[in-house]
Amino acid sequence: MVTTAPTALETELLALAGSVPDPELPVLSLADLGVVRGVRVLAPGKVDVELTPTYTGCPAIEAMTADIEQVLHEHGVAEVSVRTVLSPAWSTDDISAEGRRKLTEFGIAPPRAHAVDGPVPLSLSIRCPHCGSTDTELLSRFSSTACKALRRCASCREPFDHFKEL
Amino acid sequence: MTTTSTPPDSRTEAALALGDDALVLSHRLGEWAGHAPVLEEEVALANIALDLLGQARVLLSSVGDEDELAYLREERAFRNLQLVEQPNGDFAHTIARQLYFSTYQTLLYGQLAAADGELAPLAAKAVKEVAYHQDHAEQWTLRLGDGTAESHARIQRGLDALWRFTGEMFQPVVGLDIDRTALRESWTASVTAVIERATLTVPSGPQSGAWTAGAGRQGLHTEPFGRMLAEMQHLHRSHPGASW
Repeated sequence: MVTTAPTALETELLALAGSVPDPELPVLSLADLGVVRGVRVLAPGKVDVELTPTYTGCPAIEAMTADIEQVLHEHGVAEVSVRTVLSPAWSTDDISAEGRRKLTEFGIAPPRAHAVDGPVPLSLSIRCPHCGSTDTELLSRFSSTACKALRRCASCREPFDHFKEL
Repeated sequence: MTTTSTPPDSRTEAALALGDDALVLSHRLGEWAGHAPVLEEEVALANIALDLLGQARVLLSSVGDEDELAYLREERAFRNLQLVEQPNGDFAHTIARQLYFSTYQTLLYGQLAAADGELAPLAAKAVKEVAYHQDHAEQWTLRLGDGTAESHARIQRGLDALWRFTGEMFQPVVGLDIDRTALRESWTASVTAVIERATLTVPSGPQSGAWTAGAGRQGLHTEPFGRMLAEMQHLHRSHPGASW
């Protein structure tokens, strides 16, 4: 756990690790997604990175780990260890405002913000990323990946993915 | 080959029980690949399986080598509920199994997440995932029950056939510090509400057979489990150390 304030080098390396694109949604960086929890320099040339999975079974975590290692190696860090941490659990609220904008631009309806813990929210309207209509319907709770649901817009008739609230 | 030479401690027992539930149900749901009634359900069941597999990996890795535990244990060393090892049957049968199990898992993880035990971090994460599994099962129970005479009859058959495996969920597990009375009451209330809304009948028979009570958690499994394990393990056992 990081207990002291990050150094200038740690801040720089965190930005580098965060710049890695998400392997499944390459429009988003890992920083946009909010999955890089911290970078700590343990010794010169030796760095520890904390990464949290979106879903427990997310298969992208291995690609993310390899990509972070590569970008830090290229920056001259000899030894990089990427650790997966579960707690506190990642939430779609961790996706940045910039990340939400990029998702919409990419044709994926961004997750709605959680107000409180509770049952799966289904009632608030979800806006079509293509035409902006809020008249959309759920086709399937699970889509191309576990984190997305498949919806259809009743106005423009286009199907689209919705990043589910988690 | 067994991987435990000494009696497992309570932490191991709890992680194996929950990890094996997730692993075995994940494998069963994976069997739907290429067979689901519609493409959306093909994807949904695979995604649910993937969530469960991720949970299983965390749980099994916390007490040993995940591959050894998954692929090299004999049937009697598995601690999963008999409910999750039951064959898929038709789609309605699978949905009935999903309704019973995902309701249990959501309530169980909810309790564990609220407590301060070793399983709390995983439970806090997984409870949000399984809430979607439960929602999926509930919506399908409603559609099938309140659908055609055929779909109604099939989901009722599934609910009835699997009812006798539900009592085991409320048996004590060493190392799992939960309020089992509250778990049972909440589970029964939740499942009853969905079944009745779906115009179906809550099964009335016993929730465990005389010969099966709590048996999965003790390593006693039903006959189809052996064949499932043979399929799940044969590649790893035939080619030790093989990788993609």
